[in-house]
Amino acid sequence: MYYKPRDHDFAVSLVQVYDLSASQFSPDGRVFQVEYAIKAVENSSTAIAIRGKDGVVFAVENLILSKLYEKGTNKRIHNLDSHIGMAMAGLLSDGRSLVDVARTEASNYRMDYGSSIPLKTMADRMSMYMHAYTLYSAVRPYGCSIVIGSYEDGNPQMYMVDPSGVAMGYYGIAIGKARQAAKTEIEKLKMTEMTCRELVKEAAKMLVEILTLAFLFVIHVVHDEVKDKAFELELSWVGEMTGGKHERVPDDLRAEAEKYAKEALAESDESEDEDM
Amino acid sequence: MATSNQTFGDFSLWQNGPQPGNIYNFPGQSTSSGNDTRQRTVQPMTTGTSVLGVKFDGGVMLAADMLGSYGSTARFRGISRVMKVNASTVLTASGDYADFQYLKSIMEQKVIEENCLDDGFKYTPQSIFSWMTRVLYQRRSHQDPLWNTYIVGGLNDSKPFLGYIDKLGTAYEANAIASGFGQYIALPILRELVEQKPLLTQQEAREAIVKCMRILFYRDARSFNKFEIVTVTKDGVVIEPPQSAETNWNVAHFVKGFN
Repeated sequence: MYYKPRDHDFAVSLVQVYDLSASQFSPDGRVFQVEYAIKAVENSSTAIAIRGKDGVVFAVENLILSKLYEKGTNKRIHNLDSHIGMAMAGLLSDGRSLVDVARTEASNYRMDYGSSIPLKTMADRMSMYMHAYTLYSAVRPYGCSIVIGSYEDGNPQMYMVDPSGVAMGYYGIAIGKARQAAKTEIEKLKMTEMTCRELVKEAAKMLVEILTLAFLFVIHVVHDEVKDKAFELELSWVGEMTGGKHERVPDDLRAEAEKYAKEALAESDESEDEDM
Repeated sequence: MATSNQTFGDFSLWQNGPQPGNIYNFPGQSTSSGNDTRQRTVQPMTTGTSVLGVKFDGGVMLAADMLGSYGSTARFRGISRVMKVNASTVLTASGDYADFQYLKSIMEQKVIEENCLDDGFKYTPQSIFSWMTRVLYQRRSHQDPLWNTYIVGGLNDSKPFLGYIDKLGTAYEANAIASGFGQYIALPILRELVEQKPLLTQQEAREAIVKCMRILFYRDARSFNKFEIVTVTKDGVVIEPPQSAETNWNVAHFVKGFN
């Protein structure tokens, strides 16, 4: 029987596609599935983390997609162990499955060596795990990036692992939709010079608190671009003030920080009006 | 005189053969000669002696000395048998110290994983106690018990909690609890006290505990006059630095007939 070829037959047979599998390179040396996974992260709402002198601070804007959601659902900041915090951007469920893996790693490490897992080891393990999902046709890469931070022996540390499995250490990092704007803001803080020492006129323990204030300012400014949507702010830290444990920022400081951020935001709005 | 065997080589009979009274393993056959039995704890090795616990108005107080005995040898003189589980719960143990350390590491991880969930829930003394009864009962049911007696103390909703679990999984709660030799020596004293006055003050509890630790040091040959007192109140868990009870041995030289 005669079969008349249709357009889509040609499309399938004549055009080589390289994006159906993570196990195949394109001729110009790309693995499209990994790039799509990174796109998934770039579409997510923003998460930022800054490494100060005496700790690491995480902040995540959590877009409230429905008014029917309870407060505090779909958290994007997690504890991996008592001393490691993690913020994520991308597919939430992918991130949570990574949290599970990381907690198991932390638990196994403690069982084997009798001490808590160093952050570098954790970053290595997580990057190798995520990398393994970029190698085979039967799996898809993780659609999320994670930032992990800790404060060990007086040293704040922070790493970001992206869907390709690359792990790198940072002073400040932003991931998600507004990462570019956020990074610009973070860079304005002069992270490397602006050790918390310079931020503060008072006691050393105030250092990170003020760092958090600066932080919140960043997130609100960035969020201004998507003003129309409601969002919840997640704030956490790990450092000197928490005794090396990763915790949510206390309510009073949080309220103070939000107030500061709103005032700063209002101020900048006014100056913009003047310009006009 | 040399035997012919030694002169002309070894001609002794039954070379590589079965030895009278022994099991013979045929060459090339994997007849079991090794030890494929399961090993279980059948006796504790390094041990800790009594633990005492008593409730008072607004909390609980427990005490355990710091000796790790190796049989009758006072082998380790500064080991803690007290574990802070969380801000409202403590765990103390007598018996095999290695088993205690094992359980302690599991408990630590368990609490860390609980905290990681960040859901606002914390283990209560009751939940720890209940979990412990399951663990110990299961281990004894596998005929491989954790060779300890545990005393769990804590505070839940401003109510003091005190519970006992032994290596068979037997568990109970009471206002005054002792383990080991302390059950014979100290518990009657503590019970009399809490029966006369159900709500001790913290100071009364401390005096009773120190008194009992002193008496145990006099009478228990596996005890040691260096002990830790731990209290749980609404302010949290406080493990005090090691301390000693005042002792008086003036009457010791009257004791005769035990040499």
